[in-house]
Amino acid sequence: MRKLGVQAVEDIARGAAVMASGGGGDPYLGMVVARQTVEEFGPIELLELGEVPDGARVAVSMGLGAPTVLVEKVPRGTEPEFALEVLENACGYRFDALLPSEAGGWNSLHPMLPAARRGLPLLDGDGMGRAFPELQMVTWSVFGQSAAPIGVADERGNTMLIDTRDNKRAEDLCRGATVAMGGNISLACYGMTGAQARTHSVAGTYTLCEEVGALLRYARTNRVDAYDRIMERLGAVELFCGKVRDVERRTEGGFARGIATLEGLDAYRGSVLAMEFQNEFLMARRDGVPVCTAPDLIAAFDAETLTPITGEALKYGCRALIVGIPCAPQWRTAEGLAVAGPAAFGYAGVPYVPVEQR
Amino acid sequence: MRDWRIGIDVGGTNTDVVVLDDELNLVAAVKRPTTEDVMGGIRDAMASALAQAPAARERIGYAMLGTTHCTNAIVERKRLDRVAVIRLGAPATAAIKPMVDWPADLREAISDRWYLVGGGHEFDGREIAPLDTAELERIAAEIDGTCESVAISSVFSPVDASHEKRAAAIVRARLGDDFPISISSEIGSVSLLERENATILNAALVSVAKTTSESFVAALAAEGIEDAEVYLCQNDGTLMSAAYAMRYPILTIACGPTNSIRGASFLTGLDDAVVVDVGGTTADLGALSHGFPRESLLAVEIGGVRTNFRMPDVISIGLGGGSIVRRHEDGRVTVGPDSVGYQVTTRALCFGGDVLTATDIAVAAGAACGVGDPSKVAGLDSALVDAASAEMARMVEERVDAMKTSAGDVDVILVGGGSILVPDTLKGVRAVHRPANFGVANAIGSAISQVSGQVERIFSLDEMGRAEALEAAKGLARDEAVKAGADPDTIEIVDVEDVPLAYLPGNATRVRAKAVGSLRL
Repeated sequence: MRKLGVQAVEDIARGAAVMASGGGGDPYLGMVVARQTVEEFGPIELLELGEVPDGARVAVSMGLGAPTVLVEKVPRGTEPEFALEVLENACGYRFDALLPSEAGGWNSLHPMLPAARRGLPLLDGDGMGRAFPELQMVTWSVFGQSAAPIGVADERGNTMLIDTRDNKRAEDLCRGATVAMGGNISLACYGMTGAQARTHSVAGTYTLCEEVGALLRYARTNRVDAYDRIMERLGAVELFCGKVRDVERRTEGGFARGIATLEGLDAYRGSVLAMEFQNEFLMARRDGVPVCTAPDLIAAFDAETLTPITGEALKYGCRALIVGIPCAPQWRTAEGLAVAGPAAFGYAGVPYVPVEQR
Repeated sequence: MRDWRIGIDVGGTNTDVVVLDDELNLVAAVKRPTTEDVMGGIRDAMASALAQAPAARERIGYAMLGTTHCTNAIVERKRLDRVAVIRLGAPATAAIKPMVDWPADLREAISDRWYLVGGGHEFDGREIAPLDTAELERIAAEIDGTCESVAISSVFSPVDASHEKRAAAIVRARLGDDFPISISSEIGSVSLLERENATILNAALVSVAKTTSESFVAALAAEGIEDAEVYLCQNDGTLMSAAYAMRYPILTIACGPTNSIRGASFLTGLDDAVVVDVGGTTADLGALSHGFPRESLLAVEIGGVRTNFRMPDVISIGLGGGSIVRRHEDGRVTVGPDSVGYQVTTRALCFGGDVLTATDIAVAAGAACGVGDPSKVAGLDSALVDAASAEMARMVEERVDAMKTSAGDVDVILVGGGSILVPDTLKGVRAVHRPANFGVANAIGSAISQVSGQVERIFSLDEMGRAEALEAAKGLARDEAVKAGADPDTIEIVDVEDVPLAYLPGNATRVRAKAVGSLRL
């Protein structure tokens, strides 16, 4: 067990923006909200997965929606707790610990709001070890756990309880609610026991994000060395360095979808990289050839400062460094690829090849 | 023919004036101390410049002012207008209150009241809540007489600005038609917090910008230059009219580094280099890439406040002519970050003062011919001089390295009065350039600023493809730039952005494009 203070939550937000593969929400927003929360309620308890009792009641606290909406319609701050209450009323008990769904500038911080207010511990793990766009794309699904019942809340205090038979349908219904509620909502879902959380989650995601975040802080004074250390820590592969020529972006069906095109610089001069995104960067093609696909991560950094660039911050003229990061091993199984491999995102013809082997 | 130009740069310490003829030859260059009233310094420097080039008075057709007034007002937290801050979006957005991430002293200097009011839009154009007009009327009455400026931001105003406009009308009805109101949809793009921050800063700068612009016009008139086109420099290296600057003063922020980088490029003929501008208190490093300042495209902080403006990517270090040099008990020698600033000419040892400054080290090392009195620093311990010189070189080398994007050596251009502090050889640097007239690089940058054209238009993508719509917008922006006086051959598109408007039929999208080019003479 350890406590997350202001420095730790800020590092987590920064590092999560890398592990979010371009999605996961705006790290600045997450950082400000988490800092305010820690300052108001004190440091937040973080348990390793091994420390949680078998019988503990664990729930996932997450935001759902389009990151492009999140930076404009900032949350009210009470949504995560509203959603948790809806789930608790349905279950008839209170939860003992919370988990984030994914690594993300906003989603890593989301469970901290109810955790701090309630004095609940967080668990050092998540369901992805990265960020994916859809609710069912979590390791818990791979292990056959149900997302439902799901507590849903928006900033106006509108709430819903969603019960579904399978997790893809849970995604569909929640996505519909997201659109109706204005593009961004809070969920409480994937109720499970401590024992299930321990065996079915990706372990250590908060700690990994924090380490990467600390290296990004170090990059402010030692850009070149920090880049090498980040690449080494993540086993990452450099895919491209270029200038953004175009970003085609639309908020559609509760997602930010589109494609960003970069013109090569330096060693990549003459090449073009196209990155397709559905909240997260899912497919990178260099000169038409896939160089990294989901479930591996695609991260964009500002070429000069190494600041991570989320999909919604990618603009015309940005000079970006694009890297591929191997995903958590859970995703590289047949069951994992069925949930979040290239075919799950409509790239049926593209076989999955680990990024470090491409 | 009125085809010459006068470029003016008002810095915290000096006011520089240059005159360029129709072929951009430098015909006059003057440096004078900035005065408390600013106007006096500008007039003094302008009169001297016109004395150097008497023909100029009849020939000057363009007057460009680059000023740090707005930047300094924010940095010093002085002369700022009191702002009432209104955000339309309740109950959404309450998790992050306006100005919550600002430095406390700046927040106190600008605003003690903010309101979160029902209103704002969803991404698809639905209202989050109906605009709470009764509350806005109550607020207008409450702020009447307590503030000098109002900033209004609404959720998703880049998609639908109608709530901001209606709110502004309600406030105006109470406070008067001329009351300065800044609305966020005219200041920035999507990202509420950054746009709101920029809008609040803009509102706080209205009086400073008005005084500056009016002083400049008056100074020109007093020198007999009345027919010139009067411009202020923007942070992206382009010009805006004085009238426009009074409404959008935030756009003048950080034009200093842009001008210094472009001036350095002009003086050396180099297109790619790191420009080091050493002043009295700090050295600013910026990268020159293909003849333009490299921009930081991520959120930029102004006075500690996060905004989403396009700004040159500049890093500052606490090394200037007035930086105080100390030898510590453990033998370490440090330079800065504190400085005697503009008082260097009275307080430095070599000028008869009693403070050991970076300038004294340069003089003692024989690197500053003609500065101060070398005999006053002849007694300095040579080990101290060597250690301090090495420390100054190390400070610059380290930051030059941070500005690099590839491992090879770069060219460095030194400008600014404090550039004597930097040695001729630096690690990781191919060559150190010290252009003639380096002291007035900013004023030259100001004089060669570009003009821009911007358009914002809604296109129906049912009628044309997106690529076509973007091309159409770029073409319109080019036309606007030409109308503003740009030479068509020099025009480049610097920004294109499209925001889909899901609430309008016909697959509507709003496209913004900006084109810049050199002034055609």
